[in-house]
Amino acid sequence: MEQVASIPATVAERTLQRRLRRGYLADRLFAYTTRLFAGVVLALVLAISVALLAGAWPAIRKFGFGFLTSAEWNPVTDTYGAVVPMVGTLVTSAIAMIIAVPVSFGIAVFITELAPRWLRRPIGTAVELLAAIPSIIYGMWGLFVFAPLFAEYLQPWVIEHIGRLPLIGALFSGPPLGIGVFTAGIILAIMVIPFVTAVMRDVFDLVPAVLKESAYGLGATTWEVLRYVVLPYTKVGVAGGIMLGLGRALGETMAVTFVIGNAHQFNSSLFMPGNTISSTLANEFTEATGELYTAALIELGLVLFFITFLVLALAKLLLLRLTAREGERT
Amino acid sequence: MSLYVRRRIVNAVGLALSMLATAFGLFWLGWLLWTLVAQGLPWIDPSVFSQPTPPPGDAGGLANAIVGSLLLTGSGIVIGTPIGILAGTYLSEFGRKTRLAAVVRFVNDILLSAPSIVIGVFVYELIVLRTGHFSGWAGGMALALIVIPIVVRTTEDMLCLVPVSLREAAAALGAPRWRVIFAVVYRASRAGILTGVLLAVARISGETAPLLFTALNNQFWSLDMGGALANLPVVIFQFAMSPYEDWQHLAWAGALLITVGILILNIIARVLGRARQ
Repeated sequence: MEQVASIPATVAERTLQRRLRRGYLADRLFAYTTRLFAGVVLALVLAISVALLAGAWPAIRKFGFGFLTSAEWNPVTDTYGAVVPMVGTLVTSAIAMIIAVPVSFGIAVFITELAPRWLRRPIGTAVELLAAIPSIIYGMWGLFVFAPLFAEYLQPWVIEHIGRLPLIGALFSGPPLGIGVFTAGIILAIMVIPFVTAVMRDVFDLVPAVLKESAYGLGATTWEVLRYVVLPYTKVGVAGGIMLGLGRALGETMAVTFVIGNAHQFNSSLFMPGNTISSTLANEFTEATGELYTAALIELGLVLFFITFLVLALAKLLLLRLTAREGERT
Repeated sequence: MSLYVRRRIVNAVGLALSMLATAFGLFWLGWLLWTLVAQGLPWIDPSVFSQPTPPPGDAGGLANAIVGSLLLTGSGIVIGTPIGILAGTYLSEFGRKTRLAAVVRFVNDILLSAPSIVIGVFVYELIVLRTGHFSGWAGGMALALIVIPIVVRTTEDMLCLVPVSLREAAAALGAPRWRVIFAVVYRASRAGILTGVLLAVARISGETAPLLFTALNNQFWSLDMGGALANLPVVIFQFAMSPYEDWQHLAWAGALLITVGILILNIIARVLGRARQ
């Protein structure tokens, strides 16, 4: 080694060294640049939280926790409470999930277990295309096509028959308007189905073929394999997918704004108009006058951001647990 | 009824329900597309592309909205893509399993799932309030915020698919890390990254909620990104909600245009993605 070092560096070696050094510098520079932009992503989310908090501050200071428990929303007297849009958001999302989860499960089962191989991809693609259609299109379709048909054919029957039942009857009573909380839930369900289906399909594909084959070998039917092998193995991932879909439904704006009717009031019937956090924002934000009105709307946005954050965190946790278990087994 | 028969029946019912669910899902897609074609196609004529949005009762088109949408989508992509690709590169090439990378991944998912209307409120506060008026730039910013997490996600996924041996081979030839990344890793995952960008374009070109508070709308022909800018989604929203029939017709025409554009982008992205595999 010493001998090598003692030989004077030739010109070629020196250029090589210089190039190496330059490469090293460029490396450092590039690594720092990419890290900087990773930091930008971090900073953006922080900035969103801070900006929302700052914008909502006048309302937070004025109403405190009362904002989350009051149902009053009156721009004239400048008193605001978030209960009506919060409940609207939760109820529409709940209706959407009640419809979307079984349907998504069915589609995922069909794609992974039943469909002939040549049919799997087209159906999978078609369902994913459903996810690509912008929400405003769903809204227009819901308002102009679905709602009138719903009001004319399905709703009167439901009001007539289910609306008379004790307990749940109150949920399905009132005039057949077509638009309303229930319609918003249905449209949301159609929008969420592709998201939940995609996750379910992916986690179903994670089940080792050996497990399914051994169940079939014992004489289990396809349904039993699904029920006692696939579902238990993937339940955490399925729950994660449901959470991702729920996050989607909670934040959806345009489709809901079209069909929910935008009434700032409580109603025991799901067939009556209502509103959600996002539809309230879409309708009132640009028209809000006065600092407190705007601040209250921004606080609504903050509440929505927080709820979707919680749902996402739960979904991530569940999906992580599934992949961690997958890692243990292989 | 024997146990065997009951099991067979349960199986048949379960599987039939699953097929029914699939039919149910595809039924909505078919119905939606059919509605769009039936309601939109009759109103698509050359004036849609050549004339700006009219006052109610007059003849007109969507030219200003189409151009505005292209400008907004373009600026969103131009701002968002480099940030997304570089951050994604950090996650895949440098950060990997560090704590910072884990945090950025999580935060990126928050951004990905943040309701787009909340992003609109944020940009409104950040730009519109400061400058005092609605502007195309604010709209582009809001769209960029939607592009970034999508591109970060796909870039990281695509770079991770490049075999380590390729990187090692390049490094063994003496290439510095940045050259390895630019000449080998990016090149190998070009189609994948492009797919991500195309999907981002498809996603933002239909976004309405974040534009309501940022770019707003403009009845007139304008290319000025510094002022309020017409764009297809907001025009569709306003025209569809209006009581004027000719406005509603234009809204359907716009809805058809936007959906066809997005579906084509999605199919191209899919074909590109498949060619890679």
